[in-house]
Amino acid sequence: MKQVKCECGHVNPLGTVLCESCGKPIEENQHIDGNEGKKLLNMRYDGTARRSKTYNKSIVDRIWSFFSSVKVGVWLIVLALIASMIGTIFPQEMYIPADAPNRDPAVFYESQYGVLGLIFYQLGLHNLYSSWWYMLLIALIGVSLVICSLDRFIPLFRALRHQNPKKHQSFLSRQRLYSETESSTDDELNMVKKQLKIRRYNIKETEGYLLAEKGRFSRWGPYVNHIGLIIILIAAILRTTPLFFMNEYVWVREGEIEVLPGSNGEYYVENKDFIFETHDENDERFKEALSKEGMVASNYQTDVVVYKADRSIPGEEPELEPIVEDSIQMNKPLSFEGYELIQSWYQLNEFSSMTFKIHETSDADEKSLGSFTVDLRNPQPEFELDNGFKVVLDQYYPDYYLDDNGIPASETNFPRNPAFVFSIYSEGNDKPEVSFVGIGRNIDGTGENNYKLGIQEFEMHDVSGLTFKYDRSLPFFGIGAAIFMIGVIQGMYWQHRRIWIHKRKDGSLVMAAHTNKNWFGLKKDIEVVTQNTNIKMVEDQQELDEKDK
Amino acid sequence: MSLENRKKSKKIKKRNRLIFRSIILVVLIGATIFAIVSNSKADNSIYRAGDSAPDFQLKQVSHNNNLENVQLSNLEGKGVMLNFWGTWCKPCEAEMPYMEKLYPEYHDKGIEILAVSLDNTELVINRFIDKYDLTFPVLHDTTGEIRDLYKVGPIPSTFFISPDGEIKEVVNGALTLEKLERSLQSILPE
Amino acid sequence: MDLLNISSTALYTAFILYLIATFFFGATIKDKQTDNNKKGFSGKIAITLTIIGFLAQLVYFTTRWISSGHAPVSNMFEFLTFLGMALVFAFIILYAYYKLSFLGLFALPISMIIIAYASMFPTDISPLVPSLQSHWLYIHVTTVALGQGILGISFVVGLMYLIKEIDQTVKSKETTWLEIVMYILFVFIGFIVITTSFNLMNYNATFEYGPGNRTVTTDYHLPAIAAPTNSTLVTEDVMQPWFETPEWFQGEDAGRKFNTLIWSVITGTIIYLITRLILRKRVGATLQHLLKNIKADLLDEIEYRSVAIGFPVFTLGGLIFAAIWAEIAWGRFWGWDPKEVWAFVTWLFYAAYLHLRLSRGWHGKKSAWLAVIGFGIIMFNLIVVNLVLAGLHSYA
Repeated sequence: MKQVKCECGHVNPLGTVLCESCGKPIEENQHIDGNEGKKLLNMRYDGTARRSKTYNKSIVDRIWSFFSSVKVGVWLIVLALIASMIGTIFPQEMYIPADAPNRDPAVFYESQYGVLGLIFYQLGLHNLYSSWWYMLLIALIGVSLVICSLDRFIPLFRALRHQNPKKHQSFLSRQRLYSETESSTDDELNMVKKQLKIRRYNIKETEGYLLAEKGRFSRWGPYVNHIGLIIILIAAILRTTPLFFMNEYVWVREGEIEVLPGSNGEYYVENKDFIFETHDENDERFKEALSKEGMVASNYQTDVVVYKADRSIPGEEPELEPIVEDSIQMNKPLSFEGYELIQSWYQLNEFSSMTFKIHETSDADEKSLGSFTVDLRNPQPEFELDNGFKVVLDQYYPDYYLDDNGIPASETNFPRNPAFVFSIYSEGNDKPEVSFVGIGRNIDGTGENNYKLGIQEFEMHDVSGLTFKYDRSLPFFGIGAAIFMIGVIQGMYWQHRRIWIHKRKDGSLVMAAHTNKNWFGLKKDIEVVTQNTNIKMVEDQQELDEKDK
Repeated sequence: MSLENRKKSKKIKKRNRLIFRSIILVVLIGATIFAIVSNSKADNSIYRAGDSAPDFQLKQVSHNNNLENVQLSNLEGKGVMLNFWGTWCKPCEAEMPYMEKLYPEYHDKGIEILAVSLDNTELVINRFIDKYDLTFPVLHDTTGEIRDLYKVGPIPSTFFISPDGEIKEVVNGALTLEKLERSLQSILPE
Repeated sequence: MDLLNISSTALYTAFILYLIATFFFGATIKDKQTDNNKKGFSGKIAITLTIIGFLAQLVYFTTRWISSGHAPVSNMFEFLTFLGMALVFAFIILYAYYKLSFLGLFALPISMIIIAYASMFPTDISPLVPSLQSHWLYIHVTTVALGQGILGISFVVGLMYLIKEIDQTVKSKETTWLEIVMYILFVFIGFIVITTSFNLMNYNATFEYGPGNRTVTTDYHLPAIAAPTNSTLVTEDVMQPWFETPEWFQGEDAGRKFNTLIWSVITGTIIYLITRLILRKRVGATLQHLLKNIKADLLDEIEYRSVAIGFPVFTLGGLIFAAIWAEIAWGRFWGWDPKEVWAFVTWLFYAAYLHLRLSRGWHGKKSAWLAVIGFGIIMFNLIVVNLVLAGLHSYA
């Protein structure tokens, strides 16, 4: 291990590019920052030794130095970028359209997109963003973030904290902005100093060397924003645990009370009313657009009551105590006791009850002989009619269809397309007539029925789909995002400007300046502070055109 | 500072650096592994074989025994087959005859079958019981609370619970007669 | 509906003013004193016109807001015009600082292309669906547009840098790629030209097609080269379509959009070829001599600074505000919807740009290429994601 002793007497750690004290370039290390053969010095990290570039011993050190490279970091970013793009070629599994003929991913991708779709599915790209390798990629970016930041922040912090205004001539003359003035007076220098102070530069002086510095805190911006990103990544990890994140869905029919899933039976929700509204077609403002696009929804709203349940064992009839009564709209979720209910889906027009009348088959006027109402939420098995008839509900299909064998069945549990088999016992008759009745269907069991059933009226209800969740990781995401924003703004909207002035004994004066961005602004600063003096304006020594080969 | 001392301090520095770096790397790798593992488990709250079956009580719809309510913990000492089903669900319907066929024999051997219906109305359940002459207790989960308690996804879904209340096996999807019998064997009381 | 008339007149006025201002910025070439703070007369007129144009566009924005009752950033037309406005705004700010007339010569035409492109979309005021009824609509969308506008300046300046710096005396990869960028700009112009022409003729061809059991009709305002998938042509006496749009075009009304794309490419190509015939050299080479008085260093710096300023704004609007809104509206702040993914891709890309520049010393041409590609990604997200990849943002 060799440390490098500079001619100014300062001992620099191995790998230093510019002496930490006087800034003199350390000859054999110029290649590290690519200064070799160049007129100008590369000032990034102020020429400090980045640890990882210097040691390469144990496995730990090797892993460390691998992740400490910005090049590796950028590669990881590029890989994540390409991977993210690939995931959008076809929709992700969760975005398979609801009206697709077959939503099974094993079928959907091939049938919609052919061979490419099949490959997409077989490579698992339909769930790319939750795949282990994508997560690993993001995690590796996180690792790189931590290590890169640690490796650069510590030496840079030291270097900028202990800045020596006394700089070697070769450091000054190889800055991008530089000028030499053959003779200058102390008055002129004082004027410059005064001007610099007005422009809020901090001034440090030793032995005729002067350092004016401004906006150093902007150099910490990158590290601050990286801390923000790390907090966001930690929040993302927390969110994968049930302690921090729970997300469930529930469908509630109007007038019904359902348990809120995921609450361990603690909460129940009642849907008092689901409101679906559309924009008024006659609204002058939207008339034209509405005539082209057709109906446009304006409001989805569920009026709910949330209950807290008290029961000793799951499944027991709970005692419900209302705790909140409110409306949930899109963009207006309901929060209570750390939970949130969000309006997510809806289903309009399920049947809640149907009223039938009986009339004689031969009666063309269909005069009612009696009627009864079937409550589809809780149908009675039998109905005694006023005229002495008895009707038995033999079968009920809430969502009627004919199955593969041509037998009536129900497709779902929900009364979307109800159908019934009734046995009608006319007065004093114990031989029933069988009728099959549904929406738009009325089938006579034997073809010889004397009585016929007709749908007299029906009531409908809507169903509201709610998301029930808590996300206790949100505050961490918020803090992370806020710190990130502070960091980028600090780093991007301010600049670290430094001006070095060396007034030699013979009256000649050397001025050099450096900034991490906005050279134009720095030049303007120097122009102003040297106004009314004979001090020469700095010259921009950089020729970009040469640098790009 | 003597050369000796300098060497020594450098050694300590190097060692400290190694420790520092190792700790950070271990933390980072640990966090990465944790994130990937915890994400790959689709749902942390799903019950698996080996978990103890949460207790519940439900109203019985069938009339084949006298109890109005059935409570799981009262069945301790018996093996319990807990089946979640619905009348509209074709695979559920298909396995019902198997359950009915094996029920008398295994009931005598100390096994109870609880068929929890997720239907909306009692009427359809009753008609279904009549159709298949089911003799085992059929329960009705009106609010869906027990479905949520057991984190049941698509039905049919069946939990085989040992006499001491431990979930032995979870079967998502339809059962064959042979499969059903094998599973029932595994939860027979000693 | 008077207010609405004022609104569209104001937008039209702004467009014309930008156009005239561009010519005055062009006239500053003769001043030949680009590195000097003392500006010529034409420069002053140009920036004054630009500012008046910007104010006119503000009038458009506010009157439209008043008459519709919501901020006009809710569909493609409104968003794109706002983006054009944000670009002009970013230019004015930068002009105040750097006093660089040439920037106007390039920034204003880009902004005009965007505004003209915008007005090809339906300009009716449309009502808001429930998910859009939130103050976050204005906050999110305007911040995103502003961020993209500032990043747009980095594209403009990066392009200027490339035009200036790429050696046009020999044919190389760089000259080819630069021509491709120029060609893409011509395709946009082609789109505007062809759409305007057929709109003036009131061309209309109606198709019927049925996704599932519904039957939907769509009106083509350009002769159909590509018909919608599984459709029939209803209108008589119009050109028969040559082929059908492939099924994997997902967005709403994909067939019509695909047809428009084909027409734009054809028209753009024709205009480009005519231009090349007249110029008898590459478009890049023609523009090069306009820029000979500008310092490459200054361009490089403006390009970097506009990324440095635009990146935080974009992050705030495109990721943070977007996430907050998504959390409120849908209960999840991030859902890997294609639009979200592409915003993330954009963010990663500019993050890579900054790291390459700060830590790996990518200045000059490399960095300029990145600035051009970055804006390409933004436009991709705006156009292709809406056209081909359906998602929650399919409205704009």
